Amino acid sequence: MDFQQAFSPENILFLLQGFLVTLKVAFFAILFSFIFGILLGISRYSRIPVLSHLSVVYIEVIRNLPLLLIIFFGFFAFREWGLQLPITTSVIVSMTIFTSALVAEIVRSGLNSVDKGLIEAARAQGFTYGQTMIHIILPLGLKRTIPPMVSQFISLIKDTSLAVIISLPEVTHNAQIIYNKHFNATIPLLIIVSLLYFTVNYTLSLTSRRLEQKLVG
Amino acid sequence: MGWDFTVLEAYQQDFIDGFSVTLSASLLALILSLIVGTFVALARISPIRLLQGLGTAYVEFFRNTPLVIQVFFFAMGLPSIGVDISEFAAGALGLSVYTGAFIAEAIRAGIQSVPKGQMEAARSSGMSYMQAMRYVVLPQAFKIVIPPLGNQFVNLVKNSSVLAIIAGGDLLYHADLVYSQIFNVTMVYGFVALLYLVITLPLSYGVNRLERRLARSHT
Repeated sequence: MDFQQAFSPENILFLLQGFLVTLKVAFFAILFSFIFGILLGISRYSRIPVLSHLSVVYIEVIRNLPLLLIIFFGFFAFREWGLQLPITTSVIVSMTIFTSALVAEIVRSGLNSVDKGLIEAARAQGFTYGQTMIHIILPLGLKRTIPPMVSQFISLIKDTSLAVIISLPEVTHNAQIIYNKHFNATIPLLIIVSLLYFTVNYTLSLTSRRLEQKLVG
Repeated sequence: MGWDFTVLEAYQQDFIDGFSVTLSASLLALILSLIVGTFVALARISPIRLLQGLGTAYVEFFRNTPLVIQVFFFAMGLPSIGVDISEFAAGALGLSVYTGAFIAEAIRAGIQSVPKGQMEAARSSGMSYMQAMRYVVLPQAFKIVIPPLGNQFVNLVKNSSVLAIIAGGDLLYHADLVYSQIFNVTMVYGFVALLYLVITLPLSYGVNRLERRLARSHT
């Protein structure tokens, strides 16, 4: 086995370039699904007639579908409808559509966990529903969503690798290009790529555990 | 962009084949990941330090790396060292290894929710550690573990779509084939989405109800 060629400086650089794309796509998808997810979660929690029903349908349908299906759909739909978007954009859009639904569920259960007595007390003090939401429900409810939210975002980082199927130039795709040329380096390459993902995700999960302890204790 | 599903009739066999591969891959992976998950959970809570460490390493490694990479390990890695394996087997094994880590955590949480006194009582009435585990702790943990296991099964059905990446013949793989014939994204993927929902929606609903019923029986 000759790994030297497979692990030339150029190839390692190529992997790292791919990992930057992975992180970039993940960053924007996390940002957007955080925003849309919170809005969706609030609108499901709020019980505003039409809005909350639409949110329920969206959340239940999307989170019961495979993300890969949504990635395919986004990719082909943009092409079919004549939108010339880069693959990066189509993946970010698909991942946002999917993860928003999951974030919304996390937000809803966080908001539901806020003691009803506190809400009634606020209302009795003369707070409007909106004021109660902003000053009582959101700060207390969202605090509890941090650990599940972080593990959702770890899933998102892992799931960017699904875009390998539409040739997004992320790290898994770049590894594939290298081991197609250096067949016997396949396993070592997969191990290196795993370690890249692991480093980022494990750091995130340790940080979230520490944060959780600080908030609870 | 219409919803005239009659066009899809010609591809009936594709959808039937894909649906059955998706179902069988998910079921096979469920059984395998239950076995993996139980052993890893038992290792994590065992009194032996080395086993604890190995169990923790397994869970942390497989939860923090992508499923796609694990499937690639079986689908491309093994053939690269001369081990031949079918796409279906590679997909099912990758899914089992990955889901096993999540199931291990669910089972561990279930076992640890059984009061310590149960184990101590069983041990002091003469049972060995394994007997106490098998006859006293595990049956009680089982009830608590059911809803998270149900959730993992829903995830398995969704995640089995990675088979499409290695041409494993699942539902999404066949959707891709059909799409390349008729180029109608809303119709092909809309219909396939419905087929997935037929499995996942009732499962999610059932898991939810179970969760609520168990929550009530505990208070």
